[in-house]
Amino acid sequence: MDIKAADYLIFDEESGTYIENPEQIVRDDVEKHYWRNVAKTVIKDWRLYLMLVPMIAVFLLWRYLPMYELLGCFKQTEDAKTVAEQYYSGFSYFRTLLFGTGNAELSMQFMRAFRNTFLLSFYGLVFGFPVPILIALFFNEIRSNITRSIYQVLTYLPKFMSTVVMTSLVIMLVKQGSDTSGMQPGVISQMLSHLGLISTEAAYGGLLNNPAFFRAIYQISGIWEGAGYDSIVFFAAIIAISPTSYEAAQIDGAGKLSQMRYVVLPMIFSTIVIMLITRIGSLLNVGYEKVLLLYNANTYVTADVVSTFAQRNGIAGALKGMASAAEMLSNIIGMLLVIGANTIARKASDVSLY
Amino acid sequence: MRRKLEMSELIFRLLSYLLLTMFAVACLYPFVYTLSSAVSGYNEVRDSTIVLLPKNVQFDAFRDVFNDNVFWNAYTNTLFLTFYGTIWEMILSVLGAYALSKKRLLFRKTFNFFLVFTMWFSAGLVPQYLNYLATKRAFQGIGIMDDKWLVVIAMGMQAMNIILLRNAFEKVPSEIEEAAIVDGATEMQVLSKVYLPMSKSILATVALFFGISRWNGYFWARQMISSANEQPLQVYMRLRLEEYSDPELTTNWQLSHSYAPDSVIYALIICSIIPILVIYPFIQKYFAKGVNVGGVKE
Repeated sequence: MDIKAADYLIFDEESGTYIENPEQIVRDDVEKHYWRNVAKTVIKDWRLYLMLVPMIAVFLLWRYLPMYELLGCFKQTEDAKTVAEQYYSGFSYFRTLLFGTGNAELSMQFMRAFRNTFLLSFYGLVFGFPVPILIALFFNEIRSNITRSIYQVLTYLPKFMSTVVMTSLVIMLVKQGSDTSGMQPGVISQMLSHLGLISTEAAYGGLLNNPAFFRAIYQISGIWEGAGYDSIVFFAAIIAISPTSYEAAQIDGAGKLSQMRYVVLPMIFSTIVIMLITRIGSLLNVGYEKVLLLYNANTYVTADVVSTFAQRNGIAGALKGMASAAEMLSNIIGMLLVIGANTIARKASDVSLY
Repeated sequence: MRRKLEMSELIFRLLSYLLLTMFAVACLYPFVYTLSSAVSGYNEVRDSTIVLLPKNVQFDAFRDVFNDNVFWNAYTNTLFLTFYGTIWEMILSVLGAYALSKKRLLFRKTFNFFLVFTMWFSAGLVPQYLNYLATKRAFQGIGIMDDKWLVVIAMGMQAMNIILLRNAFEKVPSEIEEAAIVDGATEMQVLSKVYLPMSKSILATVALFFGISRWNGYFWARQMISSANEQPLQVYMRLRLEEYSDPELTTNWQLSHSYAPDSVIYALIICSIIPILVIYPFIQKYFAKGVNVGGVKE
């Protein structure tokens, strides 16, 4: 800030001389003693600040401190040494991952994992995102509160099952069969093969051993798990619409489709945008636990995502620096996606999440 | 007077009921199937001939699960992790969210950003793993040998839930708080006597989220808890599933068992979801409200 002499001296008309400006003295004092004033406020209100301490400490220790370990991306991995003691190796891991320097196989796997991550999320967005909106619209059609509650309880339920329970069910429902011992494949495989949707060989081979089915299984189980629960937000937006809006539309002769188009859609549009931002933001954030529990060596082609790639090479394997580098690349792009989606939404429609 | 429905409205309503019923049945069916398979005989489960109702009923799978000490051990461990984990997270989150909801807090934006940033960017699995390993060594250094405490203290804490709580606390009218302060309430009394009773539904919701994620926790527990005795139920279930997917092990199974190996997994699934099913209806009405109140903020 530019300080002018006029800020300090003002002309006092009574005495006819220049005197010091009392306001500027206060302003000056505030600026000079900024930290002392902060300390005073904190000490006076210490209980409030003490309440923050444990939460901040947990986030610092177990959310922010791991970011320091990211230094390992630029250092030669040696398990016996801490990340501070390891030797720098520059961008060699990134060169290997992106351009295949030194290890073309690993680079191929990383690129495949990156593509799979993106595709799993993208298909989730395309197929998974509209379903909760539809379910919310359907809920709105049920007039009886009791009936609706029953439907809600049932459809929210899968959300509260653990990933282990859900994946165990999937594994057993589409398990492989065997011709020799007469063992039949899982019940869902049998149904699908009776309906002619999959071949008998595919059913007997086990759907989870076949890369062609992994994405479909992932998406369908995802919709089964989350669609009912995710409809809560949309349903809340729909029941907030005043009944008079529908009545007005009905008097004007609007059928159901026109009511949807001109009454419901505009009213829930901001909710849809917000939920869309969240989804786009987490486009590179695939639930690694689910993939880890569902995939196997046969399905790496379509199932391996960046997190599971990192888990295999960095936690189960010894390539810690390489695995960190892989995940950091994907996480940084993911963060740019969140910020980008949010900025675009804010510019376009005055709705933003953060 | 009721208006007669138009054709298009009638069709849409019928379609709604039809599709919702289908979806609800699809949500319920796997659980009914699980229960039926847990109590069906060897051949029926092995060949997946059960469609809805159990065939050749046996309760040996449940009996053997209940007679297994490792199972009860795992169950107790899960209860331990859920109980202490939820309490730990609730205390920290409520205190932090209360402070963050106060306009007079200095550097409020900085603290908020500090939380929100963890939702945008995380270091990733491997750095997290190394960090937990270091924490584990530190805990052992100060004499905490039980890895369950590591899981309770170091894991969990989701920024999203703290933000939900903060938004709910911000909606409490400041006049009530001022009245309490005039009456001589301290900061803790304002929190416990004014804020907590006024935000019951969001507290129930957040506690449910924390509790469920503790009950369902799998990956880090499996990575970080080294002693088999300390593993929670989810890990135990997965280990049994992996064990039984080995065909070698199951060849002689029929000689000593009246049920298929899969029935054990089905029985374990039933045992692990029963507590959730019991609590869920009581708390369901709160969370629909709580999520609506705090979820979307423009």
